[in-house]
Amino acid sequence: MPDKNRKKFIIVLIATIAVYAVIRVLEGTEIINPYWQRVLDQALIMTMGALGLSIIYGFTGQFSLGHAAFFGLGAYSAGLFAKLYNSDHSMFLFIVSLLIGAAVAGLLALLIGLPILRLRSDYLGIATLGFGIIVKVGMDNSNKLISALGGATGMSGTPQIANFDWLFIFLILIVLFVRNFVYSSYGRACTAVREDEIAADVLGINTTKIKVMAFVLGCALAGMAGGMYAHRYPFLHPSSFDFLKSFDFLLVVVLGGLGSITGTVVTAIAWVFLLEVLRFVLGETFIDFRGVIYALILIVAIIMRPQGIFSGKEVGFLVPKPFDTLVGRKDGVNAGSGS
Amino acid sequence: MVSMPVLVLEDIDKSFGGLKAVSGFNMSIDQGEIVGLIGPNGAGKTTVFNMISGIYKPTAGKISFLEEDITGKSPYVVCQKGIARTFQNIRLFRENTVIDNVMTIFHPRVGYNLADAVFRTPRFKRREEEITSQAMELLVALGLEDRAYDKAMNLPYGAQRRLEIARALAGRPKLLLLDEPAAGMNPAEVVKMVELIKYVKDKFSLTVLLIEHQMGMVMKLCERLVVLDFGQIIAAGLPAEIRSNPVVLEAYLGKGAAV
Repeated sequence: MPDKNRKKFIIVLIATIAVYAVIRVLEGTEIINPYWQRVLDQALIMTMGALGLSIIYGFTGQFSLGHAAFFGLGAYSAGLFAKLYNSDHSMFLFIVSLLIGAAVAGLLALLIGLPILRLRSDYLGIATLGFGIIVKVGMDNSNKLISALGGATGMSGTPQIANFDWLFIFLILIVLFVRNFVYSSYGRACTAVREDEIAADVLGINTTKIKVMAFVLGCALAGMAGGMYAHRYPFLHPSSFDFLKSFDFLLVVVLGGLGSITGTVVTAIAWVFLLEVLRFVLGETFIDFRGVIYALILIVAIIMRPQGIFSGKEVGFLVPKPFDTLVGRKDGVNAGSGS
Repeated sequence: MVSMPVLVLEDIDKSFGGLKAVSGFNMSIDQGEIVGLIGPNGAGKTTVFNMISGIYKPTAGKISFLEEDITGKSPYVVCQKGIARTFQNIRLFRENTVIDNVMTIFHPRVGYNLADAVFRTPRFKRREEEITSQAMELLVALGLEDRAYDKAMNLPYGAQRRLEIARALAGRPKLLLLDEPAAGMNPAEVVKMVELIKYVKDKFSLTVLLIEHQMGMVMKLCERLVVLDFGQIIAAGLPAEIRSNPVVLEAYLGKGAAV
């Protein structure tokens, strides 16, 4: 039924443009002031990175505690390239530097993925945690290799090109990319590995290849998100890419529901805004209680809904129509939750 | 048709540390046969399956499939050569839909690349349509078409067993290994399963090796039996011979049972 598909496509397109327009109008009328605009941009970047981890953990079941390291590698490599070669704010070089961020993160993911992805769950978590620490220490001391990286004092000087428009367009493209990946033979192979690696292996799926592919793609997305971050905020510091940041990505993916693109997107945005709202609610004196409150929210959420908020469910337009007309497809069935 | 050996196992040993799970195992299966591998619990039957499908590497010996040495090859390589299997404790992709369980197994010959998938090219659409309809045919053959878009974990037990067979068939095997396909079924369901295995074997021109505990089923289905006890073959032959073999009765029921 191509008519129905086209109709759905047009509705989604209009809705997307409407969301964009509303935000731009609110921005123009100063209802969204520059401060909240920054928070919103931060949320979009968080979403891009979290979608990467969603592929790795949510859909392929590979537990990673080092996602922020790849985010940071992307930020620093894209930022450094732009700082050195793009002082005149060329759009072309901006895109190139994002691709460099993604490529550097993806390449390192390939190099460490090949040896460590044979490990299972908790061991893999510890190995990726270790990698995250290596990268953080590397960033702290990066000025000894390339002085422009700034080391522990941080790096500035990347041209500030990324704005809401860029972030919005890229986020839409990334969501489409993840959706098309998940609902393909590659995505099916990923969820098969997540559900039962031995069965997948015995039934002809090269599980190592699938796991490495998912890991590289997910980390490359984190790298691209990092590149955006470097072009949005003028100052990069190693402490923005430490273990706690990896934990943020993990929280978003788990809380949103493993194996749900919708869950990851909604939770990532909600999470960033929650942290900022708490900053206001608590005031300067009690700001440190933020950690307590968000930990409490997390505990309650996981007790009430261990399968995550969306638990493998998707909003309709993120699930492509199946290719047969023999039987009807039931609602709410898709790539399945990874819990 | 001249029969040729599909699968040959020669002098297979497998030890786990000091424990000899299987020793001196020899077997040859011809094209189109249904062979039963039976024996008491812990005899090493599943270990033999795991060695054929590449999960374990034999400590010694050689496994050939269609005259090619497959000893110690990775499981996915063995499967792509034409050996598929089911599991004693059902191992479906539980959270995925029934049809996705089957479609997943088409992955090695999916016929499009990652870029085709991301950009939804005509090639992607054509191949996905083909795979979907082929998977649906398999589901129809096993009577699962009504549940195609349910999660695999929500199927009743018998249907899950059938789905495991459908999924194995999606790999276009020449040899099908069935590990206790009728475990936990009542007599009526066992009869149906026997019919189903015969039907599937003829329809897809398969050779079948199965592990089974239910003697009734084994006697009805298998043309030849191999009996394993403590990792060694204690008897082999036609079902009727095995039924009256005192060594087999002793292994199953204990000393003195043959009287």
